[in-house]
Amino acid sequence: MFWIVAIFTLGSALLMVMNKNIFHSALYMVLTFIGVAGVYVMLNADFMAAVQILVYAGAIAIFLVFGIMLTQRGNMKQTNLFSAHVAVAGLVSLAMIVINGFMVLNTNWPVSTAEPPSNTVSLIADLMLTKYVVPFEVAAILLLVALLGAVIIAKEVKKTS
Amino acid sequence: MIGSSIGLNHFLIFSGTLFCIGLFGALAKRNVIAILMGLEVMLNSVNINLVAFSRYVTTEILTGQVFAIFVVAVAAAEVAVGLALIVAIYRSRMSVNVDDFDWLKW
Repeated sequence: MFWIVAIFTLGSALLMVMNKNIFHSALYMVLTFIGVAGVYVMLNADFMAAVQILVYAGAIAIFLVFGIMLTQRGNMKQTNLFSAHVAVAGLVSLAMIVINGFMVLNTNWPVSTAEPPSNTVSLIADLMLTKYVVPFEVAAILLLVALLGAVIIAKEVKKTS
Repeated sequence: MIGSSIGLNHFLIFSGTLFCIGLFGALAKRNVIAILMGLEVMLNSVNINLVAFSRYVTTEILTGQVFAIFVVAVAAAEVAVGLALIVAIYRSRMSVNVDDFDWLKW
């Protein structure tokens, strides 16, 4: 089960990066997000899986498709090309994969053997509204500010100024 | 549902590989929206890391999942502001190619 979801997610992420058509890239990105939601289900994080589907596969994918539709024109087939430093980027990414794998396998992680809680939503709510209530409010203010900032930045600029 | 041999290491290597794919997309692409997509995938892999540690290391304490939710909120704010910037830049430059965004060079 893990291997199916992992290969599905990594494969669609690779196809997203390699695709020359930006709209197909966006569709593969949605598949990647759904695969990540499957990983959350395997990690007994059902609330995170729901958030992932709602926020990433729903809201952020729609946002990005909006951006593509507002900024592309002409031939869609050549809209997502590689830049000049693709070789350096590939080398850095491969090196990062190798270093990360080496370090993960050579570290002694303090793994606990306890059973995961079956109902995560109430535990998350308890933590969020008691211990982490200040970051929760800050995140709310951040979302409000980002909403206002996005509207102001994207608003039509007056020609007279 | 999940095999008994799958442990923390598998999830960590998986999320690291996903991070590097996103990093490659963010570094090697020419379209700004593709770079934003790479950033989203990178944030996703960070979330997998947080949730995996909260599942396998601090099983009863779900602080990792709470932090992952904060990361999701910040990512949503980031993509909203980023796309607004892209639309504003596209209006003046008629391009989404990062090589054309050269105001700060001379």
